[in-house]
Parts: sequence; C-alpha cells; structure tokens
Amino acid sequence: MSHSSTAEMKVYRPPVVDIIEEGDELLEVAMGPHHPSTHGVFRMDVALDGERVIRLKPVFGYLHRNHEKIAEKASYLAAMPYTDRLDYFCSLTNNWAYALAVEKLAGIEVPERAEYIRVITAELTRIQNHASSIGFLMQEMGASGTPLMYAFREREKILDLFEELTGSRMMCNYMRFGGCRVELPTGWLAKAQTIVDGLPGFIDEIEALLTGNEILMARTQGMGVLKPDLAINAGVTGPMLRATGVNYDLRKVDHYGIYDRFKFRVPLGDHGDIFDRYMIRILEMRESVTILHQAIKDIPAGPIMDPKSKIRGFRPKPGEAYGRIEAPKGELGFYLISDGSGNPYRYRVRPPSLINLTILEDMCLGQNVADVVLIFGSVDIVLGEVDR
Amino acid sequence: MLGEGILKGLGETAKNFAASFVSKDRLTTIQYPEERAPVIENTRDFPFLVYDGEDKMAGLRCVACQICEKECPPKCIYIVKSTDKKPDYVGKPQIYPARFDIDISVCMSCQICVEVCPFEAIKMDTEFELSTTDRFGGLLYDRDQLARSNQHYHKIHPTEAAEVDARLAEEKAKSEAKAKAAAEAAALKAAAAAAAPKPTPAPAPAPVSVKEPTA
Repeated sequence: MSHSSTAEMKVYRPPVVDIIEEGDELLEVAMGPHHPSTHGVFRMDVALDGERVIRLKPVFGYLHRNHEKIAEKASYLAAMPYTDRLDYFCSLTNNWAYALAVEKLAGIEVPERAEYIRVITAELTRIQNHASSIGFLMQEMGASGTPLMYAFREREKILDLFEELTGSRMMCNYMRFGGCRVELPTGWLAKAQTIVDGLPGFIDEIEALLTGNEILMARTQGMGVLKPDLAINAGVTGPMLRATGVNYDLRKVDHYGIYDRFKFRVPLGDHGDIFDRYMIRILEMRESVTILHQAIKDIPAGPIMDPKSKIRGFRPKPGEAYGRIEAPKGELGFYLISDGSGNPYRYRVRPPSLINLTILEDMCLGQNVADVVLIFGSVDIVLGEVDR
Repeated sequence: MLGEGILKGLGETAKNFAASFVSKDRLTTIQYPEERAPVIENTRDFPFLVYDGEDKMAGLRCVACQICEKECPPKCIYIVKSTDKKPDYVGKPQIYPARFDIDISVCMSCQICVEVCPFEAIKMDTEFELSTTDRFGGLLYDRDQLARSNQHYHKIHPTEAAEVDARLAEEKAKSEAKAKAAAEAAALKAAAAAAAPKPTPAPAPAPVSVKEPTA
C-alpha cells in the first residue's frame, strides 16, 4: 500500500531533481516579499540551476491580521466587516459565505428578493474579479498597462454600482444574516441592466486584444501544468481546478442560494496550463453575464430581510455549521461553532487563495524563473485572504 | 499567419485611441484635484453626530446609550455619560454625552454604529479629504468636531434624511399626543374632583412627560 502511494507521488512531480549533478551549485533567490509580481507581501524562496527552478518554497504570513481570533471575540455581526477585508476584490461574495454559514447555524430563512440581490451582486463581483485578474496576469507578462486598464475601466462601472447600493466600493459590508442590509435604490436595476448589456462587448474586446496574441500563447501554453489528480488531492478549487478538466462548481454541486433556477454552463479546460486558466476566466465571465440577465429579469418584489432575524443581541443555539460558496477564486467556506453565546466559539475560514497556492511548487518545478511570476499570477490570489 | 493575433490586438488599441478623441466613454480618467467625480448618494466614509436646531451641543440627538461603543467592531468610539440631563427632541430629559470621541484612524467605515443606533443620532459623512500632519491627535475627533447639523445630513443623503425626519416627526407627534391626552385626563380628573360636593385636596398636577426614558 505504501509502495503504491510513493509510486503515485513520483508521478506528480516532473523529474527535475535528476538533472542536478554532484557538485552543482544552486543559486538561492528570495523573490519578495516586496516584489511587484507578488500581489502584496509574499515571498518565494527559489533555488535555481541557471534559469530553471529546482526548489520553490512559498513563505507567507506577512499580512496576518488575526482575523479568526478577532471574530471569536467579537459578536457575529461585528465579524461581517472584517470578512470584507479577506479577499478585498470580492467583498460581496465573502459577505455571502459568512452570512450563509450563520444562517445555517441559526436556521434563518432568506427572502426571495434578497437571494436574487445576492446572486446579482455575486456575479458582478465574479466578472470584475476575473477581468482584473486577467489584467494583472498580462501586466506580469509585460503587457504594461493596456489590458489591465481596459479591465479596470469595466471594473470601475461595476464598483460604481456597488457604491450606489452599499455605500462603499470595495468594503461593501452589505449582507446580513437573513437578507441584505438595504433595499436597491431607485433605478439601480436599470443601471445594472445597462452595464450588463455592455459587458459582452467588453469581453469581445479583451478577447480580440489578447486571445489570439502569439506572445501570450507562447508564454502560457504548456506552462505551469497542473494535473487533475494532484489538483483534487491538494483541494484546489475554482477556475484553477476547472482548467484541469474537473467538473466541479459549487453553484452546480451545492445549489446554494437559488442557483438551481438559472441556466448556465460550467466551462472546463483540458490542459491545466496558464492559457486554460485564462480562457476559463473569460468563459466564466460570459456565463456570469447570462446568469445576470436571468436574475435581473426575474427578480421579484418583496422584503429583503427575514423578519425574525435581528441585528443586536444575536445568539444562535449551540451547534456547528459550515457554509460554502463558489467565490470567484474557488470554494470559500466559513466554519462556525456556537456555544450559545453572543460570539462564535470557533470561527474558521477556508480561503481558496491559500489552498490554491499550496501546489505552487509542483507547477513551477523545471520551469524558467521568468515563468514563475506568470504561474503565480495565474493562480489568482489575494494576500489578504491567504494570510488572514 | 504569425503576428496576426498581435495585429488584431493592436487594432483594438488603435480603435480605443482614435475613439478617445470623439467618445466620452473611452476617455475615462478624471483629473482628480481639478475635476471631481459626481458624489454617489449612498456613499459613506466616517461617522458624524447629528444635531437639530442652531446650537451644536444643545441639539445633539445622542443620548449616550453607548450601544454604538459596544457594537463597534474595531472599538474606535469612546463615550462618557453626563451626570445631568437635558431635554431631547420630544422634550423629555435625557442624558447626553459629556465626551464622545471617535478615532477616525481606527474606524473602518463599516456603518454598524449607524445601524444599531436607536435614536438616529449617528450617520455617515461623505467627506474624504481628511489628511492631517498631526499623527497623534489630528484624527481623534471629539464631539465638537463630530457634530454636524441636520441640514448637512439632508445635503449629503437627501432620501435617507427625509425618511429619518418623517420617522422622528411621527414619533414626536405620537409622544406629544400622548402627553396631551395625559394632561387632558388629568385636567378632567381635577375638574371632576372640583365639581364633587365634598372639598378634597387638589390632586398634584400630572407630569407632562409621562413616559420614562427607555434606552
């Protein structure tokens, strides 16, 4: 049994260690923590043989803010604004995951209209996250500015929508246990519809700009390949996993919220390389647009908060719950244990960024050091979520 | 053909470049200090205290119940209750904050203080140019700096402020009607007592503010 498992282990790693000969000297480079490619403060201790990566050790924790312990000392509501600061590109999906966990814990029902608002905001979040993540990837590839600025031009419109609805562009703090905080402002849906109608044009534009580009293809195809079995064993989720060809999307698997009402497809990759991850994000944006069209068309009138839920003095019954959603970066889960008091006994975040980062070495071994930056960029992480 | 993709991409940027001369949509940058983006009504950054009327300190709606201090996630609010009382907007005597400090450098603009406040006393401002050269005290605001008039609130969040005013007016009317009813009942009782054949000691005048202050 142990024999076969070691044999399997060998399959995962490219046999780069064999090329080191006795007496070879390796160059050890610390990439980061202050390196423009690291999306924040993150260090990669890389051992190089010439240009090739022999070892890579990710070092994180520079942005640790004690999120989980703070939330265990604060009330359930007071942890909500802190979840905004996990993955600060996608605060609305973070809110949703936490609200879902608390709703499971306390058995709160969410009104229909609030569910629709959640879907609309989450899909808008997914689009702006994927657009800017593609922009950042191109930035790291040397396309300084242009694709990123095109992505940010579109993201700006979506953030304006968020500001009008929630009051803040990035730290939205919008969802509450049992619904949403405020009703949609007058004319918000019409504005959202206009922006959603413009999104396919933007996706076409960015595809015309990038997808056929020979430099992009040369630098991404076949680079940083991730095998499906390793991805599953490591717990990788989100676009990273689907780029390897594994059909796993929590919106289809879990049907959390009301996702079983919408018709959409789950795009899958084939090779698990950087190009597939790029393509998956483009295609997911297109699918998000179709979900948005359906949700904006179908949204019913009604209350946005469960009348039983209350803001202050919230004390769920003792018990535990795990709420998870398909965040733009992967499975985002919150695990809560309640002991019946006003603050959670245990509060644990399952961050997709951290877990998707664990296979970084396996993707980078044997690649050139210049491609490490690209492979790292294609994982799409936010350090606020990795370090918490 | 090799290079076709690159040319196609360059065509896209050329389209954007040319269109930026004619279309406003393609020229998205706002030259900040000279130009400003329109302020969105629901926007929020830091809290302020609402006061009614002319006098800042007399009109403060806050009754120092300390709910916001307790619920604030980063604990940036500091309140000291007063020892005496002053009348609030319905006229009943209430405690007021002898000290009300918010450390703006700690505040994370989450709006939870606004949500939990039962007296509509704390609201979110839209002022964002708050930088100061004083590292230590410059961003610690006391109640004088935090107090903003109701007119200011109407100016920055018109829809929300109108709703709040309607709610407060309704409450005030209710409490006034109640006080009036209580006074009338007392007067009636007094009249009945006076009309009675046997002279009885006159009943004590009923207090105008009958309701005990509930936090």
